[in-house]
Amino acid sequence: MTDLEIPPLLLQTPFHSRVSAACEMNLWEDWKGYTTPVAYSNVELEYFAMRNSASIFDITPMTKYRITGADGHAYLDRLVTRNLKNLDVGRVMYTAWCNDEGKVIDDGTIFHVNDDTFILCAQERHLDWMEWSALGFDVKIEDVTEEIAALSFQGPTSCAILKIMGLTGVENLKSFDLQHYPFGQTQLMVSRTGFTADLGYELWIEPDHAEALWDALMAAGRDYNVKPVGAEALQIARVEAGFIQAGVDFVPAEQEVRVERSRSPYELGLGWLVHLKKPNFNGQQALKEEKLKGSRFRFTRLDVQGNKPAENSFIFNRQNKVVGVVTSAAWVPTAKRNVAFASLEMPWGKPGNELWAEIYYLRELKWARVLEKCTVIEEPIFDPERRHATPALDY
Amino acid sequence: MKKYDAIVIGAGHNGLTNAAYLAKAGLDVVVLEKNPYIGGATVSRELHEGWMYSNCSYVCSLLRPEISRDLNLPKFGLQVIPYVGGVTFKRDGDYFGNYDDHERQYREIARHSKRDANAYERYTADVTKQTRFIRPFLLRTPPDPTSFKPRDIQELLFLAKSFYNLGEKVLGDTLRFWTMSIGDFLDEYFETDVIKCHLAGSGIIGTALGVYSPGTAYVLLHHYMGEVDGSVGAWGFARGGMGSVSKALAGAFQSFGGEIRADAEVDRILATAGRTSGVVLANGDEIYADIVVSNLDPKRTFLDIMAEEDLPASVVKQAKNFKIRGSSGKLNIALDGLPTFNSLPPKSPLMTGDMHFIDSLERMERAYDDWKNGTWSQDPYVDMLIPTQVDPTMAPVGKHMMSVFVQYAPPKLATGKWTDKDRDAFGKTVIDQIGSYSPNFKDLILHAEVRTPQDIEDEVGLTEGNIFQGELTFDQLLFNRPFPGYAQYRGPVKGMYICGSGTHPGGGVMSAPGANAAREILMDLNHPTTVPEAYPDD
Repeated sequence: MTDLEIPPLLLQTPFHSRVSAACEMNLWEDWKGYTTPVAYSNVELEYFAMRNSASIFDITPMTKYRITGADGHAYLDRLVTRNLKNLDVGRVMYTAWCNDEGKVIDDGTIFHVNDDTFILCAQERHLDWMEWSALGFDVKIEDVTEEIAALSFQGPTSCAILKIMGLTGVENLKSFDLQHYPFGQTQLMVSRTGFTADLGYELWIEPDHAEALWDALMAAGRDYNVKPVGAEALQIARVEAGFIQAGVDFVPAEQEVRVERSRSPYELGLGWLVHLKKPNFNGQQALKEEKLKGSRFRFTRLDVQGNKPAENSFIFNRQNKVVGVVTSAAWVPTAKRNVAFASLEMPWGKPGNELWAEIYYLRELKWARVLEKCTVIEEPIFDPERRHATPALDY
Repeated sequence: MKKYDAIVIGAGHNGLTNAAYLAKAGLDVVVLEKNPYIGGATVSRELHEGWMYSNCSYVCSLLRPEISRDLNLPKFGLQVIPYVGGVTFKRDGDYFGNYDDHERQYREIARHSKRDANAYERYTADVTKQTRFIRPFLLRTPPDPTSFKPRDIQELLFLAKSFYNLGEKVLGDTLRFWTMSIGDFLDEYFETDVIKCHLAGSGIIGTALGVYSPGTAYVLLHHYMGEVDGSVGAWGFARGGMGSVSKALAGAFQSFGGEIRADAEVDRILATAGRTSGVVLANGDEIYADIVVSNLDPKRTFLDIMAEEDLPASVVKQAKNFKIRGSSGKLNIALDGLPTFNSLPPKSPLMTGDMHFIDSLERMERAYDDWKNGTWSQDPYVDMLIPTQVDPTMAPVGKHMMSVFVQYAPPKLATGKWTDKDRDAFGKTVIDQIGSYSPNFKDLILHAEVRTPQDIEDEVGLTEGNIFQGELTFDQLLFNRPFPGYAQYRGPVKGMYICGSGTHPGGGVMSAPGANAAREILMDLNHPTTVPEAYPDD
């Protein structure tokens, strides 16, 4: 039955009262049906809060599935490309998952919360595919997106602030560890994970306690320049971190309409997540074949000369032939690079290839075009020691 | 006596489109219409004072945008306004709504099934693949697969290339899709009956088949391949009713010097020694032209207004066998105000779209059983819209016009021809169904026009009242529409052509058949074409 009210166009996250109070720019976007801030006050300062002090980003709209049942572990191992054998209780793993054609449906993180409970967290929705893949397994899959409020709390002083908040021993969490702490009348789940390649945590809590969590972080971080940050600031940080994003850097395979628009893990630089020797997983046959025959595309991170972001640029080779396109680009202020992620046709994109980005930019109603030389980035450009150092220091 | 360059029989939208392109090429063209008004089944009629009814076709999406632009139809008064929404009411008091916003729609499906809400994305992607395949063929003449003419080979290669471009997997899906039932297709995606039911409607509208009859999946595609201003799959209201489409086409035609004669029913196409010389009207007048184009359906064209002895026996046989079964009726209702619906919030955005009152595929299939048994569905599938929520021109302020497409209704009842009593009972069935979901509906009715398939045939001239001029099943599509050997718009008699929805790419107020036929006629005259090429889908 229905309640005779027109459902709202956009939902508010459980943090909305706090987010809207802080969002001075009043600049919003639709993220998976939630009203979320593009920016709060100043994108640059928000970005630097992430890199210099601490930042709060509301990740509640991320899709979250709870997987329970005796076969949960075996099921997830079959679902994803990575070997989950070592995903013990209290650990998190980043992985990708594919359709039977070996094309990436999405990437995300799997949390082994307790003996028979896992949480899969991702950008897109996958319940239908997950249910099809669950045939023959004793598992229950529930969409718990609305049942879990979540914040990404990132930056060098994040650990110090959590300690002030009373999370004793949080500094001992290693990267991809998770731990539960009492918080008021509930439990706060803390994982040392994030989308910034820096020291940082993700905080998971029941929606009823969301506002209290926000307030506690702001209070504990009062002297640490903690700032809520919007999507624009995060975008810069994640490009600097080298992380790809579904729907931006690749077309989720289930949404593909045109041929050859989706990508395999190998074609997204995610080959390290594929463990072909696992007994059985979705897309295994196709990926084995691809491994033998070779891929069609290569995903490459480029350092583009000059300081103009190569947004949506075509990438040319030396013969002036288009060999690919840029999927994400940003000038990244901490690493001081002009980064572009590019999907290139094979065999282009190897270190040493001479590649050029065609960049258009607008200055006072006049468009200009430059060709800038690109260098293939081989090592992470932002990978501070504090990212993995355990125990985490206060910085 | 004056001789025209071309005569077009029937002022339906395809006849007018055809005539417009011939006139644009400089031909002296006359359109002959049996009714006192033009438009065929694309009309707006004031049947209750102050209320304008789109009393046949009622919504617009398939009209080719290339034609709208090329003939400058906006200049002649055509404006198509997109509408959103749509709802299927459930017997248990709940409903399934269709929101235009992606995320609100996701949550609405998720309210019934989270899995279906996710599967909807796969469904949308898969149907989009199919629409992208078919759209480039709409403004092209189908190739003759038995011909070795360079143009046919070229067009066959285009078809082959399009198939090849689909990729191996989608190619297989396409062949399945064109031949399977809409019920089976939806079962592959969804678990919730009301969701399947809401989507399945597009698979049976205008078709004398049930949701589990093979071939109905394509009919769904036919309803998805249109657009409103580039938004593929969207539907809109023609401001002022569907008559605005034919009025605009007539305006374009007349601006090229064309002539329209109403009350001019054609009795017969003149044909001697295998070529046409004109037509004889019902009143005995003869009108001459070397080119005669029929906008009538294939049965009426070949069996009614042509003499069997003038035609090859095989054509007579194929015309007799052509499937054009009536399956639907229509109610057009003048309302004193906007009805409310149980369970739906007042002013719900869902109400501006298509509304339905049948919530399971089982019920839909039973509705079809009634048709097979020679009666109208006792629990019918209706496609109901209230365009006056969007269009301020069709009813007095605060009043409303309701268009109710009803399926199924057989062209002939088991008891014989439709009687006035049958028509009343048919109307009552529909009004009762709506009334059981809307408490104030019956009290708001000021006037209702009830149209049986028989009425539609008698007035509009569509055989059996079939809205597509022939069923859209795979055996009657592409180079088999209306039948093999005659899919390129040329008739069996030299100088004679067909341009109605009974030809490729079929019905739905597309104007493509009329334009495609004009292209062929101009080619035969060695005249440069005036018909635009399709916009490429990229």
